Amino acid sequence: MIEEIRQTCRTLLEAGTVNVVIAYGQSNPDGPVHPIFVTKPDDVEKIVWNKQCFANLTTYLTRKEVKSLGKAAILVKGCDARSLVVLVQESQVERSDVHVIGLACEGVGEPELAGKCRVCEVHMPVGVDVTIGSTEAAAPEGQNRYALVDEFMKKSPEERMAFWKQEFERCVRCYACRGVCPLCYCNQCIVDKNRPVVIDTSATLKGNFAWNITRAFHLAGRCVSCGECTRVCPAGIDLRMLNASLAQSAEKHFNYRAGMDPETPPVIGTYNAEDKENFIR
Amino acid sequence: MSETEKTAFEPKIVAYVCNWCTYLGADLAGTNRLEYPSNVRIVRLPCTGRIDFNLIIKAFEMGADMVVVSGCHPGDCHYTAGNYHARRRWTLFRDLLETMGIDLNRIHFAWISAAEGKKFAEFITEITDKARQLGPYQAYREICE
Repeated sequence: MIEEIRQTCRTLLEAGTVNVVIAYGQSNPDGPVHPIFVTKPDDVEKIVWNKQCFANLTTYLTRKEVKSLGKAAILVKGCDARSLVVLVQESQVERSDVHVIGLACEGVGEPELAGKCRVCEVHMPVGVDVTIGSTEAAAPEGQNRYALVDEFMKKSPEERMAFWKQEFERCVRCYACRGVCPLCYCNQCIVDKNRPVVIDTSATLKGNFAWNITRAFHLAGRCVSCGECTRVCPAGIDLRMLNASLAQSAEKHFNYRAGMDPETPPVIGTYNAEDKENFIR
Repeated sequence: MSETEKTAFEPKIVAYVCNWCTYLGADLAGTNRLEYPSNVRIVRLPCTGRIDFNLIIKAFEMGADMVVVSGCHPGDCHYTAGNYHARRRWTLFRDLLETMGIDLNRIHFAWISAAEGKKFAEFITEITDKARQLGPYQAYREICE
């Protein structure tokens, strides 16, 4: 499969269809996989594809440093393709400006499969220009994709609050979660605004609660559960729980799942006069 | 908390209201000489669609015991659809708060029109009584210490 990926990228670069390929690279065979930006056809040999390819590369499509390289081709897994759909929906990426190479994926993570891959429904990416590889892998039937949240919600509100206190206490406000998220693309983040200060920037429980609530809610109905925020968090905060909880609400109340279908209008920014309002007096 | 402190407790309530309906509703309550508790601090905003969830968090950070969000009835928005958008956001936001373990009894939503001065006064009275029963929102204050 890797040869096919390299060949596809080489052809695209040689023909001048694209100027840069956003792909996975690995400087050291035992080291971590990192993103690489291939601009020369001969450099395609540096591209790798293995179980360590966690990164969601679509996050680079909106970065100005990458945009300045010219037209891009990008490698996407099924989950990454979903975030691309949201980026296109939100007019951050012009779909025709990107050549999307979908990779059949049976899950990343070794020896243990990443959590998101165990409930994955998009082993074959959709809405791509070309797909490489094939897989028979499918989501296990009858699974509950929100099992984690359901289990958590069995706790009492006090226990839940105590849990988040324990989690957010460790937050050092490095904003890696924001940096890696393909959908956190604001030119100026609300947490960086200081006139007025909306969110306390010091790494205290007060600021950490406000920040993490804000981060999670700004992704409401948009997060595609690629799990990157949780993976990069140096404090190991269980951010996917918050994201999953909001994804569950969006599905429960509005029957909406982010990034599944480019034609469905997004849940935030649209409305239906018939939306239920049983909590409003 | 001592018994005297308990009886002396007066809840702080922050009400984020829209300029076109609930604010005028509150005004009407005033001109009609309807009495409602002075625990409520009204913050006027252009529209319920403008009520950022960060304002709600901010209120709790600054020691509010209860937050009220109120605006025009569906279909009556001065900006046509601001309240519809807000309604969707609140639906999701409430679920997020629930996951965080934040007490949903501390946040109340209502549609109150410019003609509903009576509803405003009654609503605030009821909310204040409830806030008294619940006591200070200690859980969030501990976070903000």
